[in-house]
Amino acid sequence: MKIKKVIIACGIIVLSLLKLSGQTQAIKFVDAEKYWKTPKDTVLVINFWATWCKPCIEELPCFEKINSRFPNKKIKVILVSQDYASDMDTRVNPFLKKKGIMSEVWLMNEKDPNTWIDRVSPGWSGAIPATLIVLPNGSYEGLYETSFTCEELYLLLEPLVE
Amino acid sequence: MKTLLLILLVVAVPLIGNAQGMSIGEKPAVQVASGYAPGDRAESFSLKNVDGAQVSLDNFSDAKGFIVVFTCNHCPFSVAYEDRIIQLDKTYKSLGYPVIALNPNDPQIQPEDSYDNMKKRAKQKKFSFPYLLDEGGVYAHKYGATKTPHVYLLQKKADGLSVAYIGAIDNNSKSGAEADQKYLENALKELIAGKEVTVKTTKAIGCSIKYSKS
Repeated sequence: MKIKKVIIACGIIVLSLLKLSGQTQAIKFVDAEKYWKTPKDTVLVINFWATWCKPCIEELPCFEKINSRFPNKKIKVILVSQDYASDMDTRVNPFLKKKGIMSEVWLMNEKDPNTWIDRVSPGWSGAIPATLIVLPNGSYEGLYETSFTCEELYLLLEPLVE
Repeated sequence: MKTLLLILLVVAVPLIGNAQGMSIGEKPAVQVASGYAPGDRAESFSLKNVDGAQVSLDNFSDAKGFIVVFTCNHCPFSVAYEDRIIQLDKTYKSLGYPVIALNPNDPQIQPEDSYDNMKKRAKQKKFSFPYLLDEGGVYAHKYGATKTPHVYLLQKKADGLSVAYIGAIDNNSKSGAEADQKYLENALKELIAGKEVTVKTTKAIGCSIKYSKS
């Protein structure tokens, strides 16, 4: 149990170091899930997107502004790209740089979405954009298979960060 | 009124615990209750093909069923699967299961998915199957399709078209050669052998269907 905690702590440290470099982190689903489900003092807003997904790109600014919209609240955004791992350096990172994206970005390094979509939510068909909200205790508040306007997104988050 | 709508959206949208297929595109409150599950009877349709003619599922007297694919021009996943869809039609049309492709996207939202661009794409790629305009996403909505590509394998039965399989073509969108689970073909082979389909639903990442905003 103690070892497990140490591994998770190391994982978190590695991930936060990677954030500083401003690069996308390729991640396996099991590791992503382990991090999401670990209780922490913050609400997680996990947005599934891709550089090729127009409605995803349109709503990215709303996710980018979450921390300024809820100052002094424990809330963290993770953008999980569904682009191919082989496109990370050639497509995803240049896109993030061009758009000035500051949120943490992971890339789901899995070939068969059928193995993990149901583990995020049985109600998710796999269409993107989709957003998963995780409460500080590590439980999933909900998976939203929809595009958001900023107003809709913040209205949803408001009661969760109080 | 707007606040009420937002509250409704917030209440109606969480999907955890909902049945597969009851998912949401751009009109959450309307779409929640729609969609087929394996074993359901699917509605037949008659829609405009890229050559201008109406194509009706009722006019395929030799077919044993259909590979209905909701797809489009713009979505990179749809494009990645085009050659595989053409190959599926080549292999399975003669075995009684032709491909019927439908584009449900609203060109106002995604101009690349207009009827004119469908014609161009079908010509470029020499589609051997009908590529139909599902205007307003009416049948995508009825079937419960949420993304492109999204496949419904239908089998003709005495009382209508039975939904045998819903989901992905295979387990590797990037490369058909690297796909080691050919979900749709497995289901087709089982149907053709007179067996029950073992894997009836699968999931894949896809482009959300751009439903018309009404």
